[in-house]
Amino acid sequence: MSILVDEKSRVLIQGITGREGMARTKLMKDYGTKVVAGVTPGKGGQEVYGVPVFNSIAEAWEKEGPIDISVIFVPATGVKKAALEALEAGIKLMVIVPDRVPIYDVLEIVAVAKEKGASFVGPNTLGLISPGKAVLGMIGGRAERAREWFKPGPVGVASRSGGMTSAISYYLTESGLGQSTIIHVGGDVIVGLSLPEVVELFEADPETKIIVIFGEIGTTQEERVAELIRNGRCSKPVVAFIGGRAAKAGTRFSHAGAIIEGTRGSYESKANQLREAGAWVVESIAEIPFKVKEILKSI
Amino acid sequence: MARLFEYQSKELLKQAGIRIPWGGIASSPEEAAEIAKKLGQPIVLKIQVWVTGRASLGGIRFATTPEEASQLASELLGLKIKNFVVDKILVEEKLEISRELFAGLVIDDALKKPVLIFSSVGGRGVEEIASHYPEKIIRHEIDVRKGLEAAEALAIAHQAGFSDSIQKEIAEFLIKLVEIARKYEARSLEVNPLVITTANELVAADAHMVIDDYAVFRHPELGIEVAREFDRPPTELEKIAYKVEEKDYRGTFYFFQMIEDIPKEEIVVGFHGAGGGGSMMSMDALLRQGFRPANYCDTSGNPPASKVYRAAKIILSQPGLIGYFASGSGVASQEQYHSARGLVKAFLEEKLEIPAVIRLGGNFEELAIEILQTYLKEIPAKVEGYGRAQSPDFCALRLKQLIEEKPGVRHKVRPMEEPLIPADAYIFSTMTGSIWIDDRQCETCSDRPCLEACSSKILGLVEGKIRLVISPEEAQKGKCTECLACEIACRFHGHGGLGIILPIPGLKEYRQKIIETEKQINNQSYR
Repeated sequence: MSILVDEKSRVLIQGITGREGMARTKLMKDYGTKVVAGVTPGKGGQEVYGVPVFNSIAEAWEKEGPIDISVIFVPATGVKKAALEALEAGIKLMVIVPDRVPIYDVLEIVAVAKEKGASFVGPNTLGLISPGKAVLGMIGGRAERAREWFKPGPVGVASRSGGMTSAISYYLTESGLGQSTIIHVGGDVIVGLSLPEVVELFEADPETKIIVIFGEIGTTQEERVAELIRNGRCSKPVVAFIGGRAAKAGTRFSHAGAIIEGTRGSYESKANQLREAGAWVVESIAEIPFKVKEILKSI
Repeated sequence: MARLFEYQSKELLKQAGIRIPWGGIASSPEEAAEIAKKLGQPIVLKIQVWVTGRASLGGIRFATTPEEASQLASELLGLKIKNFVVDKILVEEKLEISRELFAGLVIDDALKKPVLIFSSVGGRGVEEIASHYPEKIIRHEIDVRKGLEAAEALAIAHQAGFSDSIQKEIAEFLIKLVEIARKYEARSLEVNPLVITTANELVAADAHMVIDDYAVFRHPELGIEVAREFDRPPTELEKIAYKVEEKDYRGTFYFFQMIEDIPKEEIVVGFHGAGGGGSMMSMDALLRQGFRPANYCDTSGNPPASKVYRAAKIILSQPGLIGYFASGSGVASQEQYHSARGLVKAFLEEKLEIPAVIRLGGNFEELAIEILQTYLKEIPAKVEGYGRAQSPDFCALRLKQLIEEKPGVRHKVRPMEEPLIPADAYIFSTMTGSIWIDDRQCETCSDRPCLEACSSKILGLVEGKIRLVISPEEAQKGKCTECLACEIACRFHGHGGLGIILPIPGLKEYRQKIIETEKQINNQSYR
């Protein structure tokens, strides 16, 4: 098992004829993701790496059959329209790759997705991969690299930093520890599936034995993970690294969501709450594989 | 996040029909006196800076006469508060306050909704209100598609203990507040205090608004130059960098300066990260070696080589650097040879003298490192490339060792050179620049390495000449990915008949200014 995506998931690419869309379609197809169709309005009839392109999702659905997931590569300003089209067509999971999607656009997508019982990863995400099964987005960059860097196994990885998602997973693989699913939740303040929501999915996945998270200062995601552990809604061991400890030196992160919560959002708040709840908070990325191995041995 | 000043935020409230204090903005003591005279009543002067607790810093003062206003304004203008130099003062009527309330709107990351916060206690920080009077704080979730409805607004005002006409007035105010936040796509909007005057009027006495960076482009009317959160106005170099980012949606380029004037005794390096998490980790490694980064920079999300090139040129517009450090997560999904080529072009043009350590771990790191090693032999600087096997700490230590090998070398900013293009060259536009080809050079070149190097295969032979084989429009729309491979191949394996020009508006003038300043400093030190 894995979460959100496997080799059976039927995937559509929105913005398939663009620079990123084309390059990552190749990655996904080469890796084994079942990419059944692509959409770029006005470019219907073309093919991208053997994937038929349609003018609309409705048309793609009609010709190619039901679609489970849409991966969106359109420019940030067009994301809202693309996502609403996907939701309207009945797609239940979206991966919104672009960076710089206006926050109110995301809030609208959240509202509609909720009504439709759908969810999404991102925006501003590298995507996710269930090693050995399927990849969505651009994680790994190229199929041969993704195969080399990520292997199937018991560790669920969720991260707020794209590069660190790959880095942590690669170092796990190097240490002989495979991953169930690796997910970059996205770097924005409002994301579809945030860390706590992904942790709950890992909790329900029998293949995942241990969860690794890369958190960052800002937002309440890590605090909410701590809450899940405290409430017993996450019983699997959690190993966490929180970035941004030294960020005071001028890298300012936004805390708009933390205005009432006072100190919520700071490094200390996140690290302390996770520790008190029973998670292992490590001080460096290099420690993660050792800690994971140690814990896996004891369970 | 793009912050607005108090006076700008209030202007938006006023346009929406919310009552704000009478007054105006002053940049000189005379203007302050003028406004005070017009108001003809006791006034308050408020410095316009993005700093909380202005009153305790002496930034809020009261006056009764225009003379007094002028006097206080001359004291306040030019004052340095944290990273801010005061250049504007808001001069307003002093309100007769009967009661202070709080109203604000934030975007809650857990609820994934805007949340309206209202309290019948105001004036102080919302955290303080929350800890002293938690029961007074009303939080109300907003449906982003509907806004705040009249019945909801009335209920909030009622719950806060208001009735009759003031209840209605508060409700109307709250509806407008939510509308303004939505209209201008505010990440947060706070009116604190919201004042009930002795004449029973509802007045927004203070206002702070932060606009979503990503939505700033939809609001040119706000005149925001750099949509990034700073605790000070953006520097000139940051404005130049921001323009680059604004004009090119491919990948991310984030740049800000950590120190503007580099003290000569500091060991300051230019920092070029990739990815938020990886950059942070790499900066920590620099700090551990005792370095100070002159700037923070992040080019990631699969940026084209042209963007990385521009980032490097901007980083190298800072004088006095003793090293260049580039490092990201170490396991990047993006093709790292793009970054390598961007750096090569920049370092060659700069004839870089200071050592550089470039950690380009990730996809095609071997090729990326090879590019750095092959094409940077002619510059005075030592440049070392590393991949995912080497940690940021190892790389930062290498930089330190390279600096120690040749101590005392500091980066000198050079003028931006105008490229020499033959008048009859064949030229076509790329997304952010242009490529020129000099047929005479190509005629004598039998290998034509540019053709093989061109990754998107848009160059070909047309009647024996190197030409675009797609339409110029397609090239400009992005079919030419500005990978820079053709230029490097031509320069090193061909006859130098091809080049790519990637303008950076404003950088030439900026560098000229820096060079002048450096000259003056040097002249002074000789005297």
